[in-house]
Amino acid sequence: MAGLFIDIKVAAEVAKNPETARKLEEVCPVGIFAAREDGVEIVDDNLDECTLCDLCLAAAPSGSIEIIKLYEA
Amino acid sequence: MRFYEYEAKALFRKHGLPLGAGEVVNSAADARAAFGRLAGPAVLKSQVLSGGRMKAGAVKFADSADEAAAHFDAILPIVVKGESARSILIEEKSPVAQEYFVAITWDGRAKQPVLVFSDMGGIDIEEVAEKHPDHVSKTHFSSILPLTPRIAKEAIGATGVGGSALNRLTPVVFELMKIFLKYDLTLAEINPLARLENGQFIVLDGHIDMEAEARGEHKALLDELGIGDDETRQARPPTEFELAGARVNAVDHRGVAGNVVEFDGNLGLVIGAGGGSLTLFDAVRNHGGKPANYCEIGGNPSVGKAKELTKLILSKPGVEKIAVMMNVVSNTRVDIVARGVVKGCIEAGKDPAETIAIFRIPGAWEDEGFKILEKYGVEYCDRSVSMYDAAGRAVAKMA
Amino acid sequence: MSILISKDTRFIVQGITGREAVNLTRENLDYGSKIVGGVTPGRAGRDVYGVPVYDCVRDVVEAHGQIEGSVVSVPPRFTKDAVFEALENGIRLIVVVTENIPRREVAQMVELANLRGARIIGPNCLGMISPEEAKMGGVGGPAANTRQAYAKGHIGVMSRSGGMTTEIASTLTAAGLGQSTCVSIGGDAIIGTTYAELMPLFEADSETHAIAIYSEPGGRMEAELAEWIQTNNSRLPVVAFMAGRFMDEMQGMRFGHAGTIVEGKEDTTAEKIKRMEAAGISVAERIEEIPALLRKRLEEV
Ligand code: SF4
Repeated sequence: MAGLFIDIKVAAEVAKNPETARKLEEVCPVGIFAAREDGVEIVDDNLDECTLCDLCLAAAPSGSIEIIKLYEA
Repeated sequence: MRFYEYEAKALFRKHGLPLGAGEVVNSAADARAAFGRLAGPAVLKSQVLSGGRMKAGAVKFADSADEAAAHFDAILPIVVKGESARSILIEEKSPVAQEYFVAITWDGRAKQPVLVFSDMGGIDIEEVAEKHPDHVSKTHFSSILPLTPRIAKEAIGATGVGGSALNRLTPVVFELMKIFLKYDLTLAEINPLARLENGQFIVLDGHIDMEAEARGEHKALLDELGIGDDETRQARPPTEFELAGARVNAVDHRGVAGNVVEFDGNLGLVIGAGGGSLTLFDAVRNHGGKPANYCEIGGNPSVGKAKELTKLILSKPGVEKIAVMMNVVSNTRVDIVARGVVKGCIEAGKDPAETIAIFRIPGAWEDEGFKILEKYGVEYCDRSVSMYDAAGRAVAKMA
Repeated sequence: MSILISKDTRFIVQGITGREAVNLTRENLDYGSKIVGGVTPGRAGRDVYGVPVYDCVRDVVEAHGQIEGSVVSVPPRFTKDAVFEALENGIRLIVVVTENIPRREVAQMVELANLRGARIIGPNCLGMISPEEAKMGGVGGPAANTRQAYAKGHIGVMSRSGGMTTEIASTLTAAGLGQSTCVSIGGDAIIGTTYAELMPLFEADSETHAIAIYSEPGGRMEAELAEWIQTNNSRLPVVAFMAGRFMDEMQGMRFGHAGTIVEGKEDTTAEKIKRMEAAGISVAERIEEIPALLRKRLEEV
């Protein structure tokens, strides 16, 4: 489930990569990504804590992660 | 963080300072029994943190066990400056020949500890200093050089005390100086320090204040004295609301959303930071507003923390609106606070547009923050509206 | 000109790999400050935004020559040692950012600094800034925010609150009054440098034409400032803003900073305002009155 302010979409093939999952878990300062055996899981409760730091964007193949500001548009 | 008299005395005893016999009692029967163990007349003293217990009648003298029990019942219910007694201290009452005053505190101007000594103890030291300046000495001492009794001797001698009294007092004062530095105290006072008719020197009453910041460092001592972590020892005990505020602040380590102080008004305040909160609280009152609380947010708290603080304030009976205001921020982020307060309103079942009377936090990430406020229809302003005027807008909505 | 720091001031950051210190390092570099090195024990060889990290201050001095300043941003328990280390390695201007340091340790740092002829700003402060030259500490935040709030000019600012330093500067800047140097002096009961101790520096700085201060209940710092102004017949008009007036009726309660508590009459805002006005300091009721009061006082000079 999306947060009130932020939603994050990870492209399906990237989400299944355990290596990327581990990297995402490591870079995000507010614990939005949890690395599982079969890939990455989004921690819904932490979505609204996203600091828009873009560190996850740099840690995954370009274009595979989308940060959606739900208060825009 | 103030100690009760019995705690201060336990600390003195631990360091070998001379004290008369005495016990802490919690019932009239205990008082009666304790009297029997003392030699002769006794004094019963209410254990409160604030001064003025003598005036309130919470100190009484007893010549018999029956009297001690009766005094216990009389003193226990007395409220001193809004504070109930924690327990009663019963002590031997000995005939006093002379009273001295000794206190050590920090002097923020000299940035050193200052030892204040007088041979006219027992009365208000400010008054003595004014009327008999030659009977009060103030002596600064180093906090980095090794401490030796010389300073104590000089301070005592400067009030004209000599002979054996000088030699008997010096080690007592010196020990108090050591205690002051050792435990990060902000006040170590013995008043009066008495010379009894039998020539003995004993501590009759003492005040100890420990720096709140140093509590962790001195946990062993506090445990020994039975002082719990939840005892704030401020001028008044914390309210339920304030304790809940402290819990909100402890949720995570990111930033501050705390120092909540309860007031009895109807306008909830989510304000910051240290100086900004003081400025804004004044401004709200100046406009005739009635704050429901004081608080401080700062250091870039998490969304969750700002949210919980908002919910806590909105849970206070009678609080329908909150004002969210800070000085220009550079570390705390406008958008993060905006998310927190909007989410707090929604989770409390309230409409942010109705509930947030004004949002005035200019600075870091303000554009992002203002977008959120737009979306939820919350009235906000940037730095072109002063803190004072923003407070005025919030108060105007309370009419 | 300015006081304390200019674009040529070379300084280090102690505790440079900590979260707050990393931010502060980037913000200071972006603003044009010269940070030559950083210290975190056990982290030698790393770098933070291109600033080399060393294990101890001695190693930085060996590698880069004598350094003028240090920003200390380490946990409270290690702060005293870090300050001693800076002092004993010849550093003479130390900004202590850390808060919650017991008074005893602050007094010890200040005493050693006095023995070494050094100056400490803080603790519990955001440092200082000479606008459009350099800043040392977190004051003003990211460089872009700092440029928005601070502009070069002739008003010296001193504040017991870090946040209010920026609020006042921002108000001055919006009113067309730039600043020479703004110092967040810290909110603790004992601090390295008080208003009165900074006055001689501002007095000697020909670019400073007037002073604005932010003040609070608690302590004797305002009385000390009033005395200094009277004794030295200062050329500088001073405008003060006093916050926390509600605290006058709330004896023994601590609000805001560690040093902000009313324990006796001299701690109250009423008493402080009285003393300051007697010394010729104009006291503003609101922040937004400060620019007009300054202009009025400057015209009288
Ligand atoms: S932008 Fe930063 S905070 Fe947000 S999800 Fe990515 S890494 Fe986490």
